[in-house]
Amino acid sequence: MTFELFIFYVFSAVTLFSAVRVVTARNPVYAALFLILAFFTSAATWVLLEAEFLGVVLVLVYVGAVMVLFLFVIMMLDINIDILKEGFTRYMPLGILVAVAVAAEMILVMKSKTFDRPIPEAAPLDSSNTEALGEILYTEYVYPFEIAAVILVVAIIAAIALTLRRREGVKKQDQGAQIRTRKEDRLRIIKMKTEAKQGER
Amino acid sequence: MIPLSHFLIVGALLFSIAVAGIFLNRKNMIILLMCIELMLLAVNLNFIAFSHYLGDMAGQVFVFFILTVAAAEAAIGLAILVTVFRNRRTINVQELDDMKG
Repeated sequence: MTFELFIFYVFSAVTLFSAVRVVTARNPVYAALFLILAFFTSAATWVLLEAEFLGVVLVLVYVGAVMVLFLFVIMMLDINIDILKEGFTRYMPLGILVAVAVAAEMILVMKSKTFDRPIPEAAPLDSSNTEALGEILYTEYVYPFEIAAVILVVAIIAAIALTLRRREGVKKQDQGAQIRTRKEDRLRIIKMKTEAKQGER
Repeated sequence: MIPLSHFLIVGALLFSIAVAGIFLNRKNMIILLMCIELMLLAVNLNFIAFSHYLGDMAGQVFVFFILTVAAAEAAIGLAILVTVFRNRRTINVQELDDMKG
């Protein structure tokens, strides 16, 4: 067993273990934390496959942003875990049956001679994965890339629009109303007689 | 060297664990979203394994796009989750049957 294979087994085992814990964890916070572990070890596997840039992106975007968002949402919601966990044992046999069937079928296909080949030799050390990805991303895939940017904008707007809440009785500025005010609305000029100074009689 | 099939099998196992998770946690919407993330991770692993094996960068570009769309999906999904919880005080999928005829 080469050192590479050893690393692969270690990281794959941790990934699969944490995936199982994501599914079976009682508390959603633990599930989210185990999902972070799964992402971390998957990033290591990707680096083993010479996809360094995507490995880093997985850690930055997923662990850094998406999972933090998950944790925020979990902490914002007041969830009764017991109600949500009922039916867990009832559907356990069915779930395991389906999962084993899916896994067995896919493994039967993947153990065939077509896929049972060694991956190519490692690229030379001075080759840059980021550079290669950037070269193809900004030339051949530039339109899909821009569509991806549009999708992200849509996602931002949709997420904000969904969670924006207008509450009654909250004091806040209304810039339009401020700009629209005229002198007559604020200032009242009244005529009155001159009053005597205080202390003078 | 590591055979290609090893990576594919890890991806397949990851995917089937996520499928089992959807069966087991059919009430908890947050865990369902996490299972979808796990499935996408398995798919991405397959993409990268094949990309490396075939020496074609297109697979990694696809992973890039999948990551983008998955991040957008997670953001919108969690926004919907928060809205649902605000209106119904529950995230139990079984109770969200207002559209039932």
